Amino acid sequence: MKKTSRRDFLKLAGATGAGLLACGTGNALANEGLQVNNDELGMLYDATKCVGCKACMSACKRVNSDYGSLSYEKAKFDEDGLWDAPSDLSGSTRTLIKLFKESEKRWSYVKYSCMHCQKPSCVSVCPVSAMTKEKVSGIVDYNKNTCIGCRYCQIACPYNIPKFQWEKAVPQIVKCDLCKATNLREKGITACAETCPAGAIKFGKRKDLLEEAHQRLKDAPDKYVAHVYGEHEGGGTNHLYLASMPFNKLGLPEIKPEAPAEFSEKIQHTIYKGFIAPVALYSTLCFIAVKNMKKHQGHDDDHKKGGK
Amino acid sequence: MGHSEEYQKLEGKIFTKSFFILLSIVLLGFYFVGVRYVKGIGAVSNMSDGYPWGIWITYDVATGTAIACGGYAVAILVYIRNRMQYHPMIRSAILTSMFGYGLAGFSVMVDLGRPWNAYNFFIPSKWQANSAMFEVALCVMAYSTVLILEFLPAILTSIEKSKWDRMNAIRNWLHPKIAPDKKTMEDKLEMVRLGAAWLNPRLNKVLIFFIVLGITLPTMHQSSLGSLLLIASTKLHPLWHTGFLPLLFLLNCVFIGYSIAILESIISSYSFKRPYEIEELSGLAGLIPFVTVIWLTVVIGDLSYRGQIHAALKGDFYSGWFMTEFLLVACGSLILFVKKCRRSARWLFISASMIVLGGALYRFNVYLIGFNPGQGWKYFPSFAEVMITVGIVALEILGYKVFVALFPVLPNMDLHGAHKKKGHAKKHKGGAAEKLPQTEAHAH
Repeated sequence: MKKTSRRDFLKLAGATGAGLLACGTGNALANEGLQVNNDELGMLYDATKCVGCKACMSACKRVNSDYGSLSYEKAKFDEDGLWDAPSDLSGSTRTLIKLFKESEKRWSYVKYSCMHCQKPSCVSVCPVSAMTKEKVSGIVDYNKNTCIGCRYCQIACPYNIPKFQWEKAVPQIVKCDLCKATNLREKGITACAETCPAGAIKFGKRKDLLEEAHQRLKDAPDKYVAHVYGEHEGGGTNHLYLASMPFNKLGLPEIKPEAPAEFSEKIQHTIYKGFIAPVALYSTLCFIAVKNMKKHQGHDDDHKKGGK
Repeated sequence: MGHSEEYQKLEGKIFTKSFFILLSIVLLGFYFVGVRYVKGIGAVSNMSDGYPWGIWITYDVATGTAIACGGYAVAILVYIRNRMQYHPMIRSAILTSMFGYGLAGFSVMVDLGRPWNAYNFFIPSKWQANSAMFEVALCVMAYSTVLILEFLPAILTSIEKSKWDRMNAIRNWLHPKIAPDKKTMEDKLEMVRLGAAWLNPRLNKVLIFFIVLGITLPTMHQSSLGSLLLIASTKLHPLWHTGFLPLLFLLNCVFIGYSIAILESIISSYSFKRPYEIEELSGLAGLIPFVTVIWLTVVIGDLSYRGQIHAALKGDFYSGWFMTEFLLVACGSLILFVKKCRRSARWLFISASMIVLGGALYRFNVYLIGFNPGQGWKYFPSFAEVMITVGIVALEILGYKVFVALFPVLPNMDLHGAHKKKGHAKKHKGGAAEKLPQTEAHAH
């Protein structure tokens, strides 16, 4: 008797497991395919042109400080709080210039800010739609009035871009939104691109930027690494990079062309497609449980009759 | 279903020495929770932009809910496999689940940066069905409600039979300034009692549909807890990042659930000085290896399919943690294959502990240890962060101790003792309630 029930149990476990497996692997083959929209807005950062003046950083803070709750950071060496010297992106810094030194003679500046992915992981994981991607402009935007502060976007972003205000009682997520409500609305260009004195940041539509980038690679192949970072990384980003050094040395991670969100959504969608699997599971279990209970109550009644 | 005689209250004082020790731990934890709300999360925790999820999510939510899966695992056994023999265990399992999930929900509210916006989960226009976390959140909220409903019969029965001694004592103490006079209060309490008496049988009739919901919901959200990390393809170590994460998490919570039900029964029998429920426990223990073997097979099969076996055997930091997790579960299960060990409280305790530890370590590996956001990021929980978690666990134990004294939760010893004698003589499918005379619960 024990054996039969064990088999039943295995059958049940096997059935649920197999169902999940079939969903997981079956639909992984059916690639919906990511449509790249080259009309979206973006920026091209050319590290070889950047002189490291950090004018873009201060312009960003000046323009967005009220809107994005960007306060000035206290430098670590500075007890009086007079100096702003961020060492990384943070809850008060949306864009940052860093200097990478390979040797005394070979070095390169690099700019960090939101990559504005074609298929953003942060948008894919946000449970309450606080992270959104605008349909026309492609801007990945954040709404603090919706955000619950779960920080799943930080886990998900392969570039480690969204930052959280850890030291505040009323914190929010901070990341670049292409000056959507500030400079872009007023002047049609992001503050950093407008300010850059060296022409290292170019603002425009993704297709124009890509064309420009490939032209620069063609014109001066010796100057650059022959790769436009962001063209294919993680399904493509709207923030594109040119540099003279391998991008992973500049702190830009190597990412496969498939967007991480494609992989996770495929699995999640197949398990919950049309809510069929959960409903089926519930009704099957109900059927078994009610049957079992009736059987058991039958035993109880028998016992009562027999007992008296 | 009329099984209330199966359970009894625990006799004895509530306010013992351990009660006050636990209470002081809880209060210390809550002091830090207060600090967190005034000064921000950064003031109490070592979490950072690289490690935005610390032990609050890893332990309290991801691991804590797995440990709270006793209710889920035992419910599958009792209602789906139809072995009512285990029915006496279900209330304490459900009670632990109720505290586990309730406090996981509480710690989420501590962890969330903007908890006042959490109402967005109930606004359809804000729903984001792509997010595994959305699924987890809704399921966990629904399941917590279901758990309360599942436990409600114990409370209702207890209200029905209550003589309101404590209430009257409090009233006499407060009288005459604040409390109402005796007659009004007795009338009102009678109303509550009648309400409970009215509700209880009606609830019992539909309870099975909530119980089944209580099996469906954990199946969904426990697998989604694994899905949460699917997106971190560049950050989670390849030993753990796989498309099978949902399935592995689901199996993981089932074997943790059965093991924790065993541990809980042994520990409470030991500390409340009641006889061990060896008969039920050994049956339960016989199931665990079947689940763990599937889990271990999927782990190995998946690793070899992705060509990562060498990473598991490399001997570095990650492979060390992987091997620990793997061997704990494997060795714990091996012990349970031996019939003699399944009938010994000591070996049951050892093997169940190993399996719970290994299973919990798996979740830590996925959420924290195998998670590497890039160079320069490090995470180790701060004292205050640990104390908040410890405080929440202490509150769980405290709540359990108080509840088993107030409500009929633990298996009735009269029945149990008789069953034990019979159980040795002959095993039968129907279990205790079916063949034994129905005794009244004697503890009041």
